[in-house]
Amino acid sequence: MNLSYLFDAAHWDFSTSGSIPQLLLSHIWYVFLALVIGTAIALPIGLYIGHTGRGSFIAINAGNAGRSLPTLGLLMLMVTLLGLGLLPVLIALTVLVIPPILTSAYAGLRSLDQRVVDAARGVGMRPWQVLTRVELPMALPVLMSGFRSAALQVVATATVAAAVGLGGLGRLLIDGLAVNDYSRVLAGAIVVAVLAVLLDLILALAQRWIISPGLRASR
Amino acid sequence: MITFDDVVKVYPGGGTAVDHVSLELATGKTTVFVGPSGCGKTTSLRMINRMISPTSGRVLIDGKDVAGQDEALLRRGIGYVIQHAGLFPHRTVLDNVATVPVLLGKTRREAREAAMKLLERVGLAAEFAQRYPAQLSGGQQQRVGVARALAADPPIMLMDEPFSAVDPVVREGLHREFLRLQQELGKTIVMVTHDIDEAIKLGDEVVIFRQGGVVAQVGTPQELLADPADDFVAEFVGRDRGLRSLSFDTAAGLPVRPLPAELVVDDAGRPLGWKSADGVRPTGGTFTSADTLRLVADLAILSPVGIAVRVDADGVADGIAPHHDLADYLAARRS
Repeated sequence: MNLSYLFDAAHWDFSTSGSIPQLLLSHIWYVFLALVIGTAIALPIGLYIGHTGRGSFIAINAGNAGRSLPTLGLLMLMVTLLGLGLLPVLIALTVLVIPPILTSAYAGLRSLDQRVVDAARGVGMRPWQVLTRVELPMALPVLMSGFRSAALQVVATATVAAAVGLGGLGRLLIDGLAVNDYSRVLAGAIVVAVLAVLLDLILALAQRWIISPGLRASR
Repeated sequence: MITFDDVVKVYPGGGTAVDHVSLELATGKTTVFVGPSGCGKTTSLRMINRMISPTSGRVLIDGKDVAGQDEALLRRGIGYVIQHAGLFPHRTVLDNVATVPVLLGKTRREAREAAMKLLERVGLAAEFAQRYPAQLSGGQQQRVGVARALAADPPIMLMDEPFSAVDPVVREGLHREFLRLQQELGKTIVMVTHDIDEAIKLGDEVVIFRQGGVVAQVGTPQELLADPADDFVAEFVGRDRGLRSLSFDTAAGLPVRPLPAELVVDDAGRPLGWKSADGVRPTGGTFTSADTLRLVADLAILSPVGIAVRVDADGVADGIAPHHDLADYLAARRS
């Protein structure tokens, strides 16, 4: 294994365009945008379907259909329709993020103990309060696992941005392949993998923080 | 007062859950809905706080139709206890109890202080406050459920099979606690159970439902045991209803005879047992005039000589009741 590219200090100089820190930053930016937009779309829909039970076929089919869409193909289609730029990349990545979040939001709410939901209504919570004070906190473990799997997928897949001329860690892979510089390709692969592991670690910590100990507690 | 005015509930796809039920449930009393499964007792209960709406007819609380009232506000004014307690697993015991006061606009601090007092009231130590429901036993969860329902001090409590998910020993304790609490608080309580013994023990009034959502009989426990309206009620109330009806009367009116020479007492006059050829045989227990006639009957049957021994408050024997005297007394009372 040739790690010379990865450990060359010149490639870690932030002021140089195309350096690893710059690519990493743009990569994280794409991931962040896709997760925020995807969650903003998928979470309300998933919660609505889970809370009301209406349109559950959408949740199930969207999950299956979304998973089987090839992101690179979708990206090329979007570029053809919209031209080059950030937008087609974000659309392709967002489509990837939506299914796991939507499905987990739906499944999280559906799997709740309905007696507890009945009690929440019975003590006088309004539908919105039932959702935000009881259903959502109780569904968080399932929801968070969906979010984590979405985050991991999008970290790995955001490399496609480089295929249409944008930045991100995909640059290292595509440029490296183009000039047969396998040391650069390896550097790209390693940084993506480390980023994925770190992100998952951070989310795991966040999960401990936001999920009530009562949902983990046992007798 | 809670009034059911010709209430009908028909579910789409057929099936009448409640069939023309008219009832008046007295304020400050415990009314128990009892019947076999599918008799509409739970549906009737849930129509009081609008968890279910009637197909026709009205449910009124103090003369006001619940149908015209804001659902959430109505429910915050009515305590609600369900089977398995239905506690919020992500909230501590204290925050579960504080739920309704917080909904009503109390600050979290005020609500928690009140909740702390309520935990004590239902017999839970302060150390439980910061635990989560999953760390509690079934009986403890049910106490928290009752505390949560009482938190906003509602005049009405609805209890749907509140004690059926716990084992018999725990249930016995919860029953005692329930009766003690109700004596202190005097709420208007509507309870659903499938257990006729529980209904007779806890209810001031019992409403027996039969299949199809029809009310078979309404009455006090004594009336139901003494005078069942039909075969269904008689069978539902059970075989030994004669014996059980003795639980409602004390031995205060039962005449006793003076102590016979065969009864051995100690220096203070407390009974030790009956003389017999092979020594002193124990009495098997004693009763006071405050005990029930059921206990007297039980003692007379268990006694080696067929005689129950009465004692005063200090445990000093002051009379005896042979089983035939008890039988004569019951026969005279009936006629």
